[in-house]
Amino acid sequence: MSIASTPDMTHSTDQAGDHAHNHDDHHDHKPSGILNRWLFTTNHKDIGTLYLAFSLLMFFIGGAMAMVIRAELFMPGLQLVEPEFFNQMTTMHALIMVFGAVMPAWVGFANWMIPMMIGAPDMALPRLNNWSFWILPFAFTMLLSTLFMDSGGPAAGWTLYPPLSLQGGQSFAFVVFAVHMMGISSIMGSINIIATILNMRAPGMVLLRMPLFVWTWLITAFLLIAVMPVLAGAVTMLLTDHFFGTSFFNAAGGGDPVMFQHIFWFFGHPEVYIMILPAFGVVSEIIPTFARKPLFGYSAMVYATASIAFLSFIVWAHHMFTVGMPLTGELFFMYATMLIAVPTGVKVFNWVSTMWKGSMTFETPMLFAIGFVVLFTIGGLSGLMLAIASVDLQYHDTYFVVAHFHYVLVPGSVFALMAGTYYWLPKWTGHMYSEKWGKIHFWLSAISVNILFFPQHYLGLAGMPRRIPDYSTQFADFNMISSIGGFLFGSSQLIFLGVIIHCVYKSRQKASGQAWEGARGLEWILSSPPPYHSFNTPPVIDSSTLAHVDEAH
Amino acid sequence: MKKQNTFIVAAAVTAAMIAAFWLLLVAPGYTGNEINMTRGVTDQSEINYQLHMIVLWICVVIGVIVFSAMFVSIVLHRKSKDHEAAQFTHSTKAEIIWTIIPVLILIVMAVPATTALIHMEVAPETEMTVKITGFQWRWKYEYVEDGIQFISSLDAESNAARRLASGAEPAAVDNYLLEVDKPLVLPAETKIKFLITADDVIHSWWVPALGWKRDAVPGFINEAWTEIREPGIYRGQCAELCGKDHGFMPIVLKVLPKAEFDQWVRQQKRLMAHEEAEVERLWSREELMDLGKSVYTAQCATCHQGDGQGLAPAFPPLAGSTVTRGPVSEHIDLVLNGREGTAMQAWGNMLSDADIAAALTYTRNAFGNDMGDVVQPQMIARIKNG
Repeated sequence: MSIASTPDMTHSTDQAGDHAHNHDDHHDHKPSGILNRWLFTTNHKDIGTLYLAFSLLMFFIGGAMAMVIRAELFMPGLQLVEPEFFNQMTTMHALIMVFGAVMPAWVGFANWMIPMMIGAPDMALPRLNNWSFWILPFAFTMLLSTLFMDSGGPAAGWTLYPPLSLQGGQSFAFVVFAVHMMGISSIMGSINIIATILNMRAPGMVLLRMPLFVWTWLITAFLLIAVMPVLAGAVTMLLTDHFFGTSFFNAAGGGDPVMFQHIFWFFGHPEVYIMILPAFGVVSEIIPTFARKPLFGYSAMVYATASIAFLSFIVWAHHMFTVGMPLTGELFFMYATMLIAVPTGVKVFNWVSTMWKGSMTFETPMLFAIGFVVLFTIGGLSGLMLAIASVDLQYHDTYFVVAHFHYVLVPGSVFALMAGTYYWLPKWTGHMYSEKWGKIHFWLSAISVNILFFPQHYLGLAGMPRRIPDYSTQFADFNMISSIGGFLFGSSQLIFLGVIIHCVYKSRQKASGQAWEGARGLEWILSSPPPYHSFNTPPVIDSSTLAHVDEAH
Repeated sequence: MKKQNTFIVAAAVTAAMIAAFWLLLVAPGYTGNEINMTRGVTDQSEINYQLHMIVLWICVVIGVIVFSAMFVSIVLHRKSKDHEAAQFTHSTKAEIIWTIIPVLILIVMAVPATTALIHMEVAPETEMTVKITGFQWRWKYEYVEDGIQFISSLDAESNAARRLASGAEPAAVDNYLLEVDKPLVLPAETKIKFLITADDVIHSWWVPALGWKRDAVPGFINEAWTEIREPGIYRGQCAELCGKDHGFMPIVLKVLPKAEFDQWVRQQKRLMAHEEAEVERLWSREELMDLGKSVYTAQCATCHQGDGQGLAPAFPPLAGSTVTRGPVSEHIDLVLNGREGTAMQAWGNMLSDADIAAALTYTRNAFGNDMGDVVQPQMIARIKNG
């Protein structure tokens, strides 16, 4: 393939940019000392860096758990771990990846980019910002510590369905409180993002001129505020059922175990959009840059994002087609779920139209963005299949579902995170990363992620349930292939780590303010790295500084 | 010249896309592995298979079109080929078209999807009823009209081979993890109603050949129905995470022609009568210990382990425990009624009186407990009947 072989780095050493960089650096007043700089920081960039570093650490911890899972599933028969520990691994892998890796990574991006993208000096609520980050290390220390307790880590799946989750021992309280803390952190982060976007925009940055990434995060923040308290309520009821003898979810005491599932998925479905909407935003920034062509259908993109967010509140029970709902309920949730395909389709068509007749180059961020569009679409199409309630009675709780949600989360959300990292690393650090190793990282990841997850479609259709530590021999071949893909994908991520470390500490290649030839938007008129306080005076907004030009309707 | 170029690239890319989908969706089937949904042996499974294929092919066609357009653009519209970037930002016409066409496709899909769901959820008059109860980690089946009931667990061979580092070769075990001691026997060409519930946590009863799964929720009863066309053996598994041995509670259906099924029912009834007589007689210590050992191995050893040492922290040891070495009445009460808040379930309605008496006798005398007493099936029957 010749797609990867068109490096174009001539634009990366721009004289004017370097000049601005030196000039602005002079005015930086970074606090001195590790405690002042990091623990007490109220700076959006430093907090953004903390979030990103934390999520990268969690990504590797959660990834290590995935390696345990894939190693046990490499062959039929139990070779490495007891089933109970296997269940702890699947549960923890999901909790860590969802709450520890993907969500904080997006908040990290929001912290770094939103003030710069809307022409603000910092986030609106800097102390709250500090607090919302520093809760997280405590939350995840608590969560991970359960693995070392007598009663072990949570083993009932990240969905924590009772009564099974209530069979956990004393450590269950740690899980509940950790979830509470993550929720508080997310809610505070969201309040801050909403306050920043609604109050801190530079004059002229009207809502419908904001970059798509800012739009998607604004909508995501509202989703978070709406649903995190619902999760907090659900786990609190689990807590009192477990330790104080209430019967919210205990049929013998007048409760209903299925009620938990309704409450959980009322949170859980918006939650999956919380993880994917910012990804839509990042990809909508990257594709126009490397196609050197404005984003196609900007306002349609905004409205599609809002529609997806609205629909996400009325589809929750499609996770529960097998629990025994009345026919009318099943029909409603099936139709509503199918509808999500329409705004999602609009997004995919608009990305392709943005590329159409552009002048494309394929640097690492663009490669990851294209990988995102293709592989997320595959995950979206299998999602449409899962929406068909009657057939879902076959798909449900099989590896087909596992394949589906990993396609939308790994080559979906995670690829978008990587695309965004490569895209903005020159901006953040002032250095170019190694394009060669970035591309190697992309191709290894893109190939191995498919070896890892595509065969899981076959396994699910052929009848392999999810969350089992051992399987009958008919599933052996594809499990082995999937595990090989998993080990490859896992080790490829060490390249990612290496590229980042090299870029931050070792790279000698300076990045200009604009960094990418086709990049537009306020963050690119700042130097690379940007000044400690982004915009002390609001920038002048005109069509040359906007990420997306006004549509002439 | 330029137009022609675009056409050639478009044709080549589309062909490549179709080849890619063939490689992903068809070619892996030639490895001899099953890669698609089963067509099963009921109307519902056939309906679901057809619907699955319709939606799959719609998705493939959409995928081929979208990805082809994208890769045509990737091939042609690149800076290295000196392609100038156009500057259009939207096209109301195009956007309306690609909103309306997906809506129409969805409506086309919704029609068969709705009828399929109605077929599943609106049950016809059924001819017999089977109650299915999920336990950690076995299934109990009750033939409501005939009064037959039994527990179905993972068969002993799989159960031994699946232990961590057992050294057994799974491929050498027949139907590894998909074999049970007592299959659910059902008649073919009969409309059967299932009442599905659970005793402890949520399970999900799934035999792919029937075309559906249904959750077994403690405290609630779900209904489902089926009519199996062909006699045969059909296998499935629990599909809802239910604890450590979730992967080890398979389902096996043995579907018989109607006449053979009736014969099987008569035979089961004779066995039940025999068992009732057995409860009344006095058993020897050896008989109880022999039966007790096999009951213990099949039912109790999963948690309390074969050597009675238990598995900390959830499953206490029976060797030297205050229960197995304590007053017999308390021991019986615990086994019959379970212990709330722990994984110890109530066995009173799951095992026969003789099985319970034997298991009690065994645990009171094995593992060095040596209590020397025996529990007679009569005692269990008396306590259960008040």
